Amino acid sequence: MTRLELRGLVAGYEPGLPIVRGVDLSLAGGEILVLLGPNGAGKSTLAKALAGLVPVAAGTITLDGASLLDVPAHARIRHGLGFVPQTHNIFAALSVAENLAVAAAILPRAARTSRIGAMLAMFPDLAAARRRAAGLLSGGQRQMLAIARALIASPAVLALDEPSAGLSPKLVAMVLAKLREIAVGGVAVLLVEQNARAALAVADRAVILVEGRVAHEGAGAALLDDPHVAALYLGGRAA
Amino acid sequence: MTGLASYLCFFATVALTYGVAVLGLNLQWGAAGLFNVGVAGFAAVGAYVAAWITAAPAPAHWGGFALPIALGWAGAMLAAAFAAAIVGAATLRLRADYLAITTFGAAVTLQLVALNATALTGGPFGIAFIPKPFESLADRPLAFGAANLALVAAVTAIIFVALERLTQSPWGRVLRALREDEAAAASLGKAPDRFRLQAFVIGAALMGLAGAMQAQFFGFIAPDNYLPVLTFQVWVMLVLGGSGNNRGALLGAVVVWGLWTLSGTLLAAMLPGAWQARGAALRLVAIGAVLAGVLLARPRGLIGERATVSRHVVHTGEQA
Amino acid sequence: MIGQILIDGITSGAMIGLGAIGLTLTYGLLRFANFAHGEFATWGAYLAMLGAGAFGGAAPIGALTFGWPLVVALMVAMALTALLALALDAALFRRLRRHGNAIVLVIASFGASLALRSAIEFAFGPEPYYYTTDIAMTLRLAPGLRATADQLVVLAAALVLMLAMHVLLTRTPLGRAMRAVSENPDLARLAGIDPARIVRATWAIGGALAAAAGVFLGVTVQLRPSMGFELLLPLFAAAILGGVGSVPGAMLGGLVIGIAEAAAVPLAGAQYRAAVAFVVLLAMLLVRPRGLFGGRE
Repeated sequence: MTRLELRGLVAGYEPGLPIVRGVDLSLAGGEILVLLGPNGAGKSTLAKALAGLVPVAAGTITLDGASLLDVPAHARIRHGLGFVPQTHNIFAALSVAENLAVAAAILPRAARTSRIGAMLAMFPDLAAARRRAAGLLSGGQRQMLAIARALIASPAVLALDEPSAGLSPKLVAMVLAKLREIAVGGVAVLLVEQNARAALAVADRAVILVEGRVAHEGAGAALLDDPHVAALYLGGRAA
Repeated sequence: MTGLASYLCFFATVALTYGVAVLGLNLQWGAAGLFNVGVAGFAAVGAYVAAWITAAPAPAHWGGFALPIALGWAGAMLAAAFAAAIVGAATLRLRADYLAITTFGAAVTLQLVALNATALTGGPFGIAFIPKPFESLADRPLAFGAANLALVAAVTAIIFVALERLTQSPWGRVLRALREDEAAAASLGKAPDRFRLQAFVIGAALMGLAGAMQAQFFGFIAPDNYLPVLTFQVWVMLVLGGSGNNRGALLGAVVVWGLWTLSGTLLAAMLPGAWQARGAALRLVAIGAVLAGVLLARPRGLIGERATVSRHVVHTGEQA
Repeated sequence: MIGQILIDGITSGAMIGLGAIGLTLTYGLLRFANFAHGEFATWGAYLAMLGAGAFGGAAPIGALTFGWPLVVALMVAMALTALLALALDAALFRRLRRHGNAIVLVIASFGASLALRSAIEFAFGPEPYYYTTDIAMTLRLAPGLRATADQLVVLAAALVLMLAMHVLLTRTPLGRAMRAVSENPDLARLAGIDPARIVRATWAIGGALAAAAGVFLGVTVQLRPSMGFELLLPLFAAAILGGVGSVPGAMLGGLVIGIAEAAAVPLAGAQYRAAVAFVVLLAMLLVRPRGLFGGRE
């Protein structure tokens, strides 16, 4: 069942300078869609436009049939959209528990403790460090906290902007395995990645963005095996 | 008629002394982006130094060297420049808002010294009998006023032309580049702190000169003249006229000084005697509201900055 | 001697700290140095005077110079000053924030400061006022150590307000959201926080605490139109000393400035008291611009 749908999306930081130039995407619950493409293709801009951090010039964004365009960024999580930015994605001065509590504040009072508990159960590393300032966490723990923060309100769609950036291969594998676990729970996952090979291995489908437009689309494994695509966009990452 | 004409001369003379201070502020803020909230402090330094140099000896204060007025003005500029060099060397590398706070603090501290270092400054009573230029003409008010106006107009014109040349020179372009994008300008090998310090010191010297000229034309100075209200007036003049533009700076000085004088006259005429002191307060409320209104409605002032630097604010990718 | 300096310094330092909390919060959240913050203290003090007059002249409480009307008036003044801060933001700062440049906000706040202060002077005149004409009773705490009952109660009240503020920031959803927005407004939005709501809460809290500081200053010293403006340098010094954005830092910074001022009086004379905060601030900025207690740039 389609949960997130983008139609003809045009977005950019300044009027008249679109970076995303007409993108159609759809994403079903339980599915992981990977968004690939060279630097500057508009992947991050698309994710930020989805989150409401970059203005949309044209096109539509609908989540479960309802338009998100007029929903301000701070209200999109209430409409079921969770977003993990690439950098500065945790509150460094707050403790791990406080990071989760801040995000849980939009839930009914009775549900907050149980959702925080659920996140700590899902990420045992965080449970052990719950009193520590988030700024003192390791890179992998930070990423886990950022994902837990976005998941706490049980969003229908989880979008992540390069969650593997700066992590060791082992941690990348761990983060991606977590995303698979999350998708199995019914969440639609949109994953923006540079690390194409690792991402494709876990993806159900992949979209390659070039100069703000969709250049290729297909099943993750198929793209990985397509010599043309591999040569063009995955070459630098080939082992 | 003569009375009105000589009054207009006096009005224009004072307006132009403010104009010189606004030109100094425009160099600091308009050209270099330095946020100085201590204008009153530099004007005070200039005023007291000029008074010490030019006034006759008096037991109530230090100085009294009875030297020519030109020497007094030169000394005032040097002293204000020196004070700015000290403040600037300490604070220019800090963030803009820290510079604002420290210049504000410096001006408050200087005013305290003027108020309390009685042996030097005459304390709360200030310094009186500061000689005026063209005193020999004093019994002919119109000639006296016209001569003074001619003098300050000449000084202002020289400063105006010099600043126009300075801001169009490579030096001025570096300043503007620094204001727009420090990292880019610094990468071209321009030492940002040195250029900024130079602009700050020259601007402060002009404020010192403005203070000295006012001391000379009024013939009397006291610590109360150098409260933060003075800083505020000069800022309103610059913002109203349009920062980054020397013509705007002068226009702002004349317009604001005109409004200030006019509102003072009106309030004095309209308010009963017991409320006169409060009328001055009302004037400040009004001018504060004018400033806020200009910032909201016409943020570039009456005459905005001429576009001399292209603005390369292109977001070239998703990391922008 | 040392003990007396500490008592005087801690009392005035607590008031500085109280006023600096709002300054450091708005500074951290909106990234601009609000020169009008001191005027909230002035307005609070004068509003409380009006309120105490309206609530009638009850007898003083115990050894204090003031009665219940002033206590009630304090609450009312805090609420009204919170509204004043909100109104100033809505009328001026919020509109200017849309245009960008933080320094324009500082210029505007400088103008607002002058207008607010002059409005008080217009309404009440330049002469000082007192909440009461009673003479404050001096208590001997120890040999050579004196304080008025007013001073001690004000100190206790200031400490209670600081503690309440600390609890608010660390134990309540609003407080956590305020810290979150202050650190990273974009991420806070992603977490479902409406920054505009937090900005309003911050202005209201900052205005109310500054009003309390103004009332306490009025109780222990006097009311003058320039009382808040003269508090401004100590407030900035305390906020920067404590690290911009840090509430415990602002409180500690306030105490440091208060004690430094009290200690400097026997050395430099009371007339230079106002310069002490500036000297401490300058030394601080040159040596450790991020503040004594960390804080961020």
